[in-house]
Amino acid sequence: MFDKKQAFDVLTSKRLTHEQKLMSLAKSAENAFDVLEIPEKTRQYFASGVINDLFEGGAPYRPRYILPDYERFVREGSAFLQLQPPRDFDELIFALMIIYRHVPSITNFPVYLGNLDTLIEPFINAESDADVVRKLRLFFTYLDRTITDSFCHANLGPKATRAGELILEAEAGLQNAVPNFTIKYDPDITSDDFMKRAIDCSLQCSNPAICNHQANTSPFGDAYGISSCYNILPTSGGAYTLTRVTLTELAKIADSADHFLQDLLPEVLRLIGDYMTERIKFLVEQSGFFESNFLVREGLIDKDRFLGMFGVTGLAEAVDMLLAGKGFVYGRDSEADDLAEAILNTVESVVNSLDAPYSPLTGGKFLLHAQVGLDSDIGITSGVRIPVGKEPDRFIDHLRHSGRFHKYFPAGVGDIFPIAAHVDQNTDALLDVVRGAFSVGVHYMSFYAADTDLVRITGYLVKRSEMEKYRQNEVVLQNTTQLGAPNYDVNRLKDRKVRMSD
Amino acid sequence: MSRADQTDAVWVNKIIPISTVDGPGARSAVFVQGCNLRCAYCHNPETQTLCRHCGLCVPGCPSGALSQNGSRVVWNPVLCIDCDQCLDVCPYFSSPKVRRMSPQDVFAEIEPNLPFIRGLTVSGGECTLYPSFLTGLFRLAKDNNLSTLIDANGAVDLSLFPDMMNVTDGVMLDLKAWDPEVYRRVTGVERTQAAENNLRFLSSQGKLAEIRLVCQADWIDVRQALDGAAKTIPHAVHDTPLKLIAFRSYGVKGEMKDVAAPGLSEMETYRTYAESIGFTRIVIR
Ligand code: SF4
Ligand code: SF4
Repeated sequence: MFDKKQAFDVLTSKRLTHEQKLMSLAKSAENAFDVLEIPEKTRQYFASGVINDLFEGGAPYRPRYILPDYERFVREGSAFLQLQPPRDFDELIFALMIIYRHVPSITNFPVYLGNLDTLIEPFINAESDADVVRKLRLFFTYLDRTITDSFCHANLGPKATRAGELILEAEAGLQNAVPNFTIKYDPDITSDDFMKRAIDCSLQCSNPAICNHQANTSPFGDAYGISSCYNILPTSGGAYTLTRVTLTELAKIADSADHFLQDLLPEVLRLIGDYMTERIKFLVEQSGFFESNFLVREGLIDKDRFLGMFGVTGLAEAVDMLLAGKGFVYGRDSEADDLAEAILNTVESVVNSLDAPYSPLTGGKFLLHAQVGLDSDIGITSGVRIPVGKEPDRFIDHLRHSGRFHKYFPAGVGDIFPIAAHVDQNTDALLDVVRGAFSVGVHYMSFYAADTDLVRITGYLVKRSEMEKYRQNEVVLQNTTQLGAPNYDVNRLKDRKVRMSD
Repeated sequence: MSRADQTDAVWVNKIIPISTVDGPGARSAVFVQGCNLRCAYCHNPETQTLCRHCGLCVPGCPSGALSQNGSRVVWNPVLCIDCDQCLDVCPYFSSPKVRRMSPQDVFAEIEPNLPFIRGLTVSGGECTLYPSFLTGLFRLAKDNNLSTLIDANGAVDLSLFPDMMNVTDGVMLDLKAWDPEVYRRVTGVERTQAAENNLRFLSSQGKLAEIRLVCQADWIDVRQALDGAAKTIPHAVHDTPLKLIAFRSYGVKGEMKDVAAPGLSEMETYRTYAESIGFTRIVIR
C-alpha cells in the first residue's frame, strides 16, 4: 500500500541526503503493489515481528545480494558497458569503478566487490609499491564516499599476494567504513606473515574480518564470496531473498518450550518458506530481471547460482524467555545452551524439509543464515550471539560457544569482539586465538581495537564520531550511521566485553 | 592426590588463560605466590609473601569470602567479588586469594586453553623458588607441544636446576640493577653472583629469551646495568632481546609508590644508549 504521509515526510526531511530520499521514495512506490500472495497467518506473524523480510519491498525486481563473476568481467570486458578488458592497473580500477555502479542489490549499491587481491595481482607487476598504495587509497576513498551504505564487502585471500599486502597497507592508513573487508583464512594456505598483517590492519581500522576458509568451502567449494553483512554466498550468483524468523518474538507467544519447539516453530518456518517461495517466483518469473539484466546476459551471474537465505535471529533472548523462572542464561548455563541446540536442530530439520524453487545449487533447499539484526531490534541479540553484558568471563568459553552454534549456518554467521588495544604489540597472540577458534568450529569472526573510532555494530562499520553528529541532528553521508547510532545505544554496544586485556 | 604431587604443590596466585604480555603469541600465564626479593617498584606486591593467617583482612571482606578457620584464613572463590580489599589492607604484601596446586592441578586448568595458546609462562612472585613444581608442570606442557617460558628475577642461580632447565625453552631475566648499593635499595636484599651467572649460563644455553630492566633515573642505574650485562655476555648482546620497561606507579605498594614515571623521551635516551653498546633488539614498554 502506498503510504502517502510517510512518502511526504521523506520528501521533506532535513535529515536525509538526496540519494536517501530517492531510494526511500522508490521503496514506497514498490510497496504500492500487492503482487505477492500472503496468507492471513503470515501477515499476523509479520505484524507481531516474528517474521521479517528486512525491507525487501512488496514487488521484488532484483535479487537481494548479487556476487558477479568479476574475474570474467576483467577477462572479457562488457559489451553492455562498452568496455574492453583492462590492460593495466589504471584501466582495471577504472573498469571496476564503472561496473560497481551497475550492480544492483537490496541496498541499490553493490554488496560484493570481488576478491580484490587476486583481481588486482596480475595488473601491478609494472607498478611500484608506493604507486599501487596511492592508487588504491584513491580507489577506496572513491568507494567509501559513493557507496554510502556499509553493507558492502570486498574479499581477500586465502593466499598471500603482493596485491593483498598492498591492499592492507592502503586500508590501514584510511579510516573508512566502506568497503568492509574479509580475509579468507586457511592455516594450510595463508602464510602467518600475511595473516599477522591482516590482524594488525584489523586493530588499526577494524578491517578485515576473518573467515574460516576450510569451514566455508563446504557449500559451494572455492566459488564463494562474503557479501554485505557476513553472507556466505556463491559467486556468479547470490541470494534471491532473505526473510528471517525472530525467535525472541516467537518465544513471547509460546506457552512452554515444548509448545515452542513442537508447534509454533515448525509452523512459522513453513510459512516463511512459502513466503520466500512467493518472492523468488515473482522475481524469476515476472520481474524480468533474469531476462534483461546485462550481468545475466554477459554471463557474470547465473540464475542457477542463486538461493534463498533463511534468516534466524534472537536465539539468546528466546532461550532465556523459554527458561524464565529457572534462571538459566544463554551463553552461561549448559541447560540454556542445550535448549538452544534443540531449537536449532528443529530449525535445521524443518528448513531442510522445505522445497525452495529455482535453487539447483542447493538441491532445492533454503540455506540458513544467522541474521545480524535491524536498528529496530530492541532486546533482540543478533543471530546466535550472546547478548552484551552476558558474555562468558573467559574469551575461550565465548569462542567455544560460538563454535558450537556456528555450524548451523552455511549462509553465514559471525561474532564480533573488541580487543584490548595493546594486542597490536603481539599480533601473534591474536593469530593463535583465531587458529584456536577455527579449530573449535568458529566460522567467522571480526575484531576492532577497544579504543578505535570505527566500531562494528552488527556486522557493518560505523564511526563513533559520525554517530555523534547524527545524534546532534546533522545530515550524515552514510545511511548505516542512521542504523548504527540507535543500535549502538539501545544494545549498549559500548559495553561489549573487551577481550585479551590480560 | 599422591604424595609426590603434594611435595611439588605450590601456592598459586592466579592463572591467566590467554595472556598477550608474557612472551610471544598467546600463552597461559601462571603466577605463583612468594618471592625472595621485595622490590620497591613491585607492581603485584600481593604475590611477595605467603599468607601468615593473621586474620587482619577477614572482617573487611564485603562478600563473606574470607573466614577464619582455626589458625587458618580460608578464601572462598565462589563468593569473592574481587574487590581487592584484602590486598589493600594486608600489611605483609600477601594475599588470601591463593590456591595450593600441584603441577597436575595447574595443567588440568590450562588444558582447555590448548587450541588457543602456543605456550605457557610461569611468573610470580618468583617461580624459580619452586624448581620441582616447574619441572613437573613444564614436562606436562612439553607433552602437549607447548613452549615453556620462565619469568625470573635473576636472584636464583638457575644452573643449579638442570632438570628444570631441560624442559624450559627460555627465561625472561630481570636485571633489576647493577651496583650493589643500588640493588640493595631497590630489591631489599644483597646482590649475589646469581645475576651474572644467570646471564652467562642462559646465554650459553641459548635460553636467554629476554633481558628486562625497569627504568627510573632516581632509583635504578640503568646505564650501568646495561653495561654490566653487555660485558658479561659480550658475544650475545647483539642477539638478545632487551625490554626497557618504564616504571609506573600503578599498583605499587612499596617505597616507590609515589615516584614519578619516566617520560618517553627519557626512555628513548636509554634505547639510544643500549644501541650504542651493541643491543639491537630493543623494545620499550
Ligand atoms: S577480594 Fe578479598 S576482600 Fe574482596 S571479596 Fe574477594 S576475598 Fe573478600
Ligand atoms: S592475606 Fe595478609 S592480612 Fe590476610 S590473613 Fe594473610 S597475611 Fe593476614
